[in-house]
Amino acid sequence: MSVIDSTRFDRLREFARPDRVFDFMAPAQSPVDVRHGPILYLEDVSVSFDGFQAINRLNLTIDDGELRCIIGPNGAGKTTMMDIITGKTRPDHGQVWFGSRHNLLTLDEPQIANLGIGRKFQKPTVFEALDVTENLELAMAGERRVWKTLLARLDHEGQARIDEVLETIGLSGERYRLAGVLSHGQKQWLEIGMLLMQRPRLLLVDEPVAGMTEPEMHRTAALLTRLAGQQSVVVVEHDMGFVRSIARQVTVLHQGSVLAEGTMDDVSSDPRVVEVYLGGDEEAA
Amino acid sequence: MTTQTFLHERDRSRQAFLSRSTLLTSLVLIVGMLVVLVLNALPESSAWHVSNATVSLLGKYFTYMLLALAVDLIWGYLGILSLGHGAFFALGGYAMGLYLNAQTSPLPGWQSIMTYFPVAALAVLLAPGLLALVFGWLAFRSRVTGVYFSIITQALTFALMLAFNRNEMGMGGSTGLTRFYELLGFSLASEGMTVALFVASGMAVLLAFWLCQAITVSRLGRVSVATRDAEARVRFIGYRVDHVKLALFVVSAMIAGVAGALYVPQVGIINPSTFAPLFSIEVVVWVALGGRATLYGALLGALVVNYLKTVLTGVMPDAWLFILGGLFVLVTMLLPQGIAGVISTWRGKRRDGEKQDRQEVSA
Amino acid sequence: MTKIQHSAGRFLTRLLTHSMLLCLLLACGLGIGSAASAAPGEPQAQAEEEPRALLEALDTRSFEDKGDAAQAIAESAAEQKTRWLQALLDGRLGKERRGERFYIITDDSGREWPIIDAITFEDAGTGTRRTVEAFKINNDLRTRIEGLLASLSLNAGDEASRLSAAQRLVGEVTAGNADRVRGMRDDEESDAVRDQLDVALALYDVQQGDIEALGTLRGNLDTRVRNTLSSIAAGDSELAAEAQSVLGGIESKRAWYDRAQTLFFGLSAGSILVLAAIGLAITFGVMGVINMAHGELIMIGAYTTWMIQQALPGQPGLALALAIPGGFLVAGAFGVLIERTVIRFLKGRPLETLLATFGLSLILQQLVRSVFSPLNRRVTSPDWLQGAWQINEALSLTLNRLAVLLFCLAVFAGLWALMRYTRLGLEVRAVTQNRAMARAMGVRATRVDMLTFGLGAGVAGLAGVALSQLTNVGPNLGQSYIVDSFLVVVFGGVGNLWGTLVAGMSLGVINQVLQPWVGAVLAKIIVLVGVILFIQKRPQGIFAPKGRTS
Repeated sequence: MSVIDSTRFDRLREFARPDRVFDFMAPAQSPVDVRHGPILYLEDVSVSFDGFQAINRLNLTIDDGELRCIIGPNGAGKTTMMDIITGKTRPDHGQVWFGSRHNLLTLDEPQIANLGIGRKFQKPTVFEALDVTENLELAMAGERRVWKTLLARLDHEGQARIDEVLETIGLSGERYRLAGVLSHGQKQWLEIGMLLMQRPRLLLVDEPVAGMTEPEMHRTAALLTRLAGQQSVVVVEHDMGFVRSIARQVTVLHQGSVLAEGTMDDVSSDPRVVEVYLGGDEEAA
Repeated sequence: MTTQTFLHERDRSRQAFLSRSTLLTSLVLIVGMLVVLVLNALPESSAWHVSNATVSLLGKYFTYMLLALAVDLIWGYLGILSLGHGAFFALGGYAMGLYLNAQTSPLPGWQSIMTYFPVAALAVLLAPGLLALVFGWLAFRSRVTGVYFSIITQALTFALMLAFNRNEMGMGGSTGLTRFYELLGFSLASEGMTVALFVASGMAVLLAFWLCQAITVSRLGRVSVATRDAEARVRFIGYRVDHVKLALFVVSAMIAGVAGALYVPQVGIINPSTFAPLFSIEVVVWVALGGRATLYGALLGALVVNYLKTVLTGVMPDAWLFILGGLFVLVTMLLPQGIAGVISTWRGKRRDGEKQDRQEVSA
Repeated sequence: MTKIQHSAGRFLTRLLTHSMLLCLLLACGLGIGSAASAAPGEPQAQAEEEPRALLEALDTRSFEDKGDAAQAIAESAAEQKTRWLQALLDGRLGKERRGERFYIITDDSGREWPIIDAITFEDAGTGTRRTVEAFKINNDLRTRIEGLLASLSLNAGDEASRLSAAQRLVGEVTAGNADRVRGMRDDEESDAVRDQLDVALALYDVQQGDIEALGTLRGNLDTRVRNTLSSIAAGDSELAAEAQSVLGGIESKRAWYDRAQTLFFGLSAGSILVLAAIGLAITFGVMGVINMAHGELIMIGAYTTWMIQQALPGQPGLALALAIPGGFLVAGAFGVLIERTVIRFLKGRPLETLLATFGLSLILQQLVRSVFSPLNRRVTSPDWLQGAWQINEALSLTLNRLAVLLFCLAVFAGLWALMRYTRLGLEVRAVTQNRAMARAMGVRATRVDMLTFGLGAGVAGLAGVALSQLTNVGPNLGQSYIVDSFLVVVFGGVGNLWGTLVAGMSLGVINQVLQPWVGAVLAKIIVLVGVILFIQKRPQGIFAPKGRTS
């Protein structure tokens, strides 16, 4: 009963909001309201596929500027959670708020992206037929409408921004190479660089070090730590060693809900977490 | 992966609107047109004389080239394989056909507005444009992609073929529209008209080529290439993929409509067979043979295949389908980048060779 | 001079023919006469007297009198009466023009009719229009005789002939025979015949104004009942009102049977779609391959049927039985060939595969056109596939369509069992779900691909065999099914056998339901547009697998 009432109430609240009565009156990119602390807020989210409960009453809060690592065994629902936040999958029930103003469940992927949530896929996904600069240029925050895109030119400011990001991700020497011929690690960085071009408030990073060599991994760790503080970063990762090297706050997902939350040391000493992992992964790492 | 793996570094010059290939293609088109006009003006006794029939045939090729451009714009640069572009071509053709019919006898009902050229010209753009808008909006919004999209475009043109075959459509049923005599007050049979239509078609190709070139080198063009290769990524960096696709699809449909409108007065008939799935898929093989994702490749492919068709259907009509079928198989298996791919591989190798030579010299 | 000669010649010829005919008749007469006189004993002559009188009563100009005479014949004890009445009905009972004998003409197709004596049924040589005068009848009389015959055969013969006689009696019961029919109804042993007689009697009673009798006619589908009732219902009386209500019941029952008929046509059209699409569903679902040459594989199956039939003239049944494995194998072999030579090299490039297989379809079409001819070929169906199964007045199922429906279900069941219970099926399902994993588990994916494609092509061949029983076989046969088949596959959900079955059947039925309203072409357009819209709503088909798509 309470569920029905609350959704009804939400709808009413949504309807009555002065800045949303007329869509065209709403600013195209209203800033994220983080006065109340959290930048991302998931409450009681559930989703199931053909009877399989992928996410089960998940509650999660990410504070502004935080770097959070999310770990969990296969099938714990990590990627599905990211799908929900970025609008790819709609939950069966629950709430997802970005700041205290934007109900993400009413928006689709591009809208969510334009609000300032960037996402890096598990498999590095860059535009292989375009060169590195073009990849970054497309990701650059700015006008996204078709007509404006047609007429867009890269100005000095944009060029400077691209140079800056190229510097950050260490690809300055590769700026005119096609993304398709970059190494696996370089593609991962390029993808992170594209996220940075979006100037996101929240970065969702799915397994950034999968398939990376040891030195590449260190570089990625440094990159992500540097980012935290400027924006909030959520990292989903399997590699416990990597998580230990960057994490301040760790959330353990299991069977679609939060099993434990705390510092890496707290979490790894939690008997339930140890049981879920059977100690296997940790030792391997 | 299939795109230009031989090029490790992007050729920056290709991004500019006035790239070498643009200039060269424009030049070839313009010079070609002028040469044909000059040769046509020669006295008939001359060995170099080009007959009016040939001029008209070349005009028809121009309209096919336009259609190929339209298909290439969305297939080559956006990854949308439309197996129903003949439908837009035919709609433009029918709009023109109605106008031409209205010149000799008044049309019944709503069709009477087609008597006026500006209305007809608008219809040539709007009929295919609106169909593409509605169809594309439905399809792209619900993320119908890949082969699914291809199949439903084929179903679309098939449904339209059935519809236009019905006499109740008021479009001449299975005979279609024919008996055209006058265009803008001039007789279609006159020599001047043949030349004028040829020039108009050639100019249309040139303009459409420039338009497509402008689109593909713009940021929008790069967004569309990005969409072709990694659609989800584009969405997650905040572009409305459905809008991008819709915009290019509509532009492409309009180009196809113009091609159909220019085709009709030169051929003298438009009938439902233009809606046949076979025609639409033939257009795809022109582009595939020429080389998709290169605009000049599409133009080249349309010209080569149609010239072959003209020659071969005259010499050995039975062999044509074997050859067309063989082209489909061979191009997809052996020449995935088409003729344009062969040319640029060759040029790339030569340039690499030159570079090496230079390095050797300097060393 | 010549004129005279001419007319003299003509006169002579005429004289000659006449005299010859006369001789012939005399000879016949003598022969019969001698036979009769040779037969000793009075009783036979007496026995001949009465039948003769019965037949003589027919020799009148008034049709009414003729009818009474026929009635008298029917009511008499004469053994020959059924045959007489039948001959009378056929216009083959006649009387000697210059004599007293009655004949039955056994064959009136030529100029000289073989005739037999009407009383003794002995051979009487031949007669012509000049020598024998057949009794003429009109429509009223015909109806009356038919009724008489029907009531006669009610007394005799097996149940089937009694039933058909009873059916003929509907609307033929008159004041004259009503009592007799009633009597026969009471004596009748078979329920079916008795029910039929009840209907015939009830219809008569209703015509006489009996409201009670209407109850028996409730729900009767006979056209004659319906016609009679609607003429009664046109009036303005209690009877008319009651008849109207019974008629309403009949109409709604007919409507139900009409719907059943539409459903049947829809299902049979749908089963063609399913047959055409299911091979496609397999190749598309398992290998992700769009095979545009699928329609041509169907065509190959149909041509195989035709060729086997050419090789076995006069034995369409055997040819069809051989064509089922034959079509499967030939089309399957073509499929394997296509897979090995083309599709294998285009793995993971669906759009290219689509184009290449389309090219193949053009080549195959032209090949058939060159080898056979661009003309359509006709495949004759065996006798047991011709005709229809008449369930009742309103519902009849064409046998060939019924067979195709059953064949489709059998093929579906076979495929389903193959996928479910065999090693190949298991491997195919494994490859469908996760190619890399299946390969890692030791499934030879390339072999599975080859067999799958061969299987899909073979099923297309089976579709061709089925199609050859319904339409002509021609080079364009496959093309006309390819768009529909793709829609069925997409509509049903890729790689989903049940989805394909449901989608094909429902598209067939929807099309058939729409047809009477909007016509065939528009119905097809509506279905096409409907599926296009549906796919946009649910791109994964009817039975969409829900899940995380990464």
